[in-house]
Amino acid sequence: MSRVTRFAARDPGPAARLVGFMAHLRQNGLRLGVHETATAMRALSVVTAADLREARLALKAVCAGNADDAARFDDLFDAYWLNAGRVRRKIMREGAEGKPRHSRSSLRADDGKTVAGGRIHAPDDETGDDAFASGTGRLVATTARNLMTRDLRELVDPADIGEAELVARRLAAAIRDRRSRRRRTARKGETIDFRRVVRASIATGGEPLRLPRRRRPERAVRLTVLCDVSGSMTVYARVFLAFVAGLIRADATADAYLFHTRLVRITGALRDDDPLRVLNRLTLLSDGFGGGSKIGSNLDRFARTYARSFVTGRSVVVILSDGYDTDPPERMAAALEKLKKRGCRIVWLNPLAGWKGYEPIARGMAAARPHLDLFAPANTLASLAALEPEFARL
Amino acid sequence: MTETRRVAGTGPTAGPVPPEPRGASGDWTALGESFAAKGYIASPELTMALHIALTLSRPLLVEGAAGVGKTEVARTLALVKDTRLIRLQCYEGLDAAHAIYEWNYQRQLLAIRAAAEGGETGRSVESRIFSEEFLLQRPLLEAIRQDTPPVLLIDEIDRADEEFEAYLLEVLSDFQITVPELGTIAARSIPHVILTSNGTRDLSDALRRRCLYAHVDYPGREAELAILAARCPEAEPRLARQIVGFVQALRREELEKTPGVAEMLDFAAALIGLGVNDLAADPVVLQATLATLLKTQGDRAAVPLAVAERLAGTAG
Repeated sequence: MSRVTRFAARDPGPAARLVGFMAHLRQNGLRLGVHETATAMRALSVVTAADLREARLALKAVCAGNADDAARFDDLFDAYWLNAGRVRRKIMREGAEGKPRHSRSSLRADDGKTVAGGRIHAPDDETGDDAFASGTGRLVATTARNLMTRDLRELVDPADIGEAELVARRLAAAIRDRRSRRRRTARKGETIDFRRVVRASIATGGEPLRLPRRRRPERAVRLTVLCDVSGSMTVYARVFLAFVAGLIRADATADAYLFHTRLVRITGALRDDDPLRVLNRLTLLSDGFGGGSKIGSNLDRFARTYARSFVTGRSVVVILSDGYDTDPPERMAAALEKLKKRGCRIVWLNPLAGWKGYEPIARGMAAARPHLDLFAPANTLASLAALEPEFARL
Repeated sequence: MTETRRVAGTGPTAGPVPPEPRGASGDWTALGESFAAKGYIASPELTMALHIALTLSRPLLVEGAAGVGKTEVARTLALVKDTRLIRLQCYEGLDAAHAIYEWNYQRQLLAIRAAAEGGETGRSVESRIFSEEFLLQRPLLEAIRQDTPPVLLIDEIDRADEEFEAYLLEVLSDFQITVPELGTIAARSIPHVILTSNGTRDLSDALRRRCLYAHVDYPGREAELAILAARCPEAEPRLARQIVGFVQALRREELEKTPGVAEMLDFAAALIGLGVNDLAADPVVLQATLATLLKTQGDRAAVPLAVAERLAGTAG
């Protein structure tokens, strides 16, 4: 095959090339160690390594670790082995495009609607585009959105995150009291653990002297946070983003999303040790920050995709938004209802909850209220911290 | 207890026996063919992953949506290898006593009582009641104590707690289990381990790194036709094309629960059982058999008769 990359003459051999390939994968975000390189080498030795298809499949089985990796792998493979060594440029393009993900229908259905071949999955529906006040067509709206890219570093201070972490940890702890349905051995408990009694009595020659008990252990609640970063929320973004970042860092099972006109999962980006690097990655992800808000569409998308795998009956979904929605209120209500069906509890924290009379917000919030377990005002870290008793009652 | 005794039966030469070496490198296609012969049409990716997992005796993690046949991979592998399938269904709260081993306390008690009447000494009673005879094997222990390598299916690992996942890692890397009263039990043969996950939570990186990975997606049109032909040979080619076309079209609709391969096979069986030859011919029968594909009230409402007819008309 003529497309196969020609390596330099001084290239020491296949093993070195494979090591180079693994480094190439690592640079592109796949988590691979030395051990994987050894496994890859062994895997190639049990297939016909000269056969392109076999080598590709074999390396894929070894190197991919999740659905995303598996979807990107073919492009990365082509870039290294089949592109005459022009690695970088190809990756930047292909890697970013990605392939349709495991989360099926909705994302894929939108690909067709996306504007001008961009890679933004904009939920540009037929209705409710007045978020971008000007604009008669979609193209205008999209340009406007790109212009509104904002640097989050201006907004969030790494020091804030530390403080927010404390608040978030306390809030998370406050709602960790959902009981499991299964019982476990414990010193005090409502029922006797018969199996343990028998086991303990072996030590005393068959006389049941000790009576271990069982109770339902407390199990961690999973927090999922959806943070609105649309234009109307810019003022509060500082507080809320710090809170979200703190929460993710405090709680290993928490999950976080940003939304404005589209929805982005930011959990991975936030799980970084360095707060400054977190902000950099977040800035890259939140392209379109400060744009219009489509709460209904985003919640609907969330309920249909991510919620299916990550939201369970033991989840608490926290929505941080002012409720200023350009979608019709019914849409938001329907999305919340769908989300509620997964058995989770939903909390809505609104920085504007004082302004009851403001019609556009009042309408949306009125539609949302029946589906919420807790609706509370919050616009500073202090007010978030004050919510602890409310959270404990959930 | 610090003393480590060898368990009777593991023998002095014990030590993991590697699975039989496979022949030349080209035989991964042969593996795919033997899977097909047992009625499982595996994608090239899955076949290759299985081949490497078997040759290098590494665990294989299979991920994918519900109903794409993840569990069936292990079943078919057991058939192909003509070996036992040992299944560990994971659930929240699964602990060592249910996954690895447990002492049979009731029998131990009876033995103690009997010994007391017979005047046996404490020492000998102790060594007797903590022996193999009183050990209840759970799937993980059972799997490493087989003479021929079995297929160990750890189903829905994402449902188990994180603590259990960590413990499992240890078993999967060393293939030995320590019972304090008995000593360390080393594997007689290394089982073929298949783990499945639905993605209800993110698995730890450590576990992912220990395993080979294969992602199973809904099959394409041709693959699904082949599955239908393998599982339901009595379906006529025309009807088979219609069924597959209909189900594939249905998967593109926005549904709460997308029908999987198993649902497609149920649908085919229902149609054949009712003697239907043409999907578009009888809307009433079509509507009735839709129950095998659409499992929620919302989905039934989302695909009214008119839509179903349109899909059936264009299918095939």
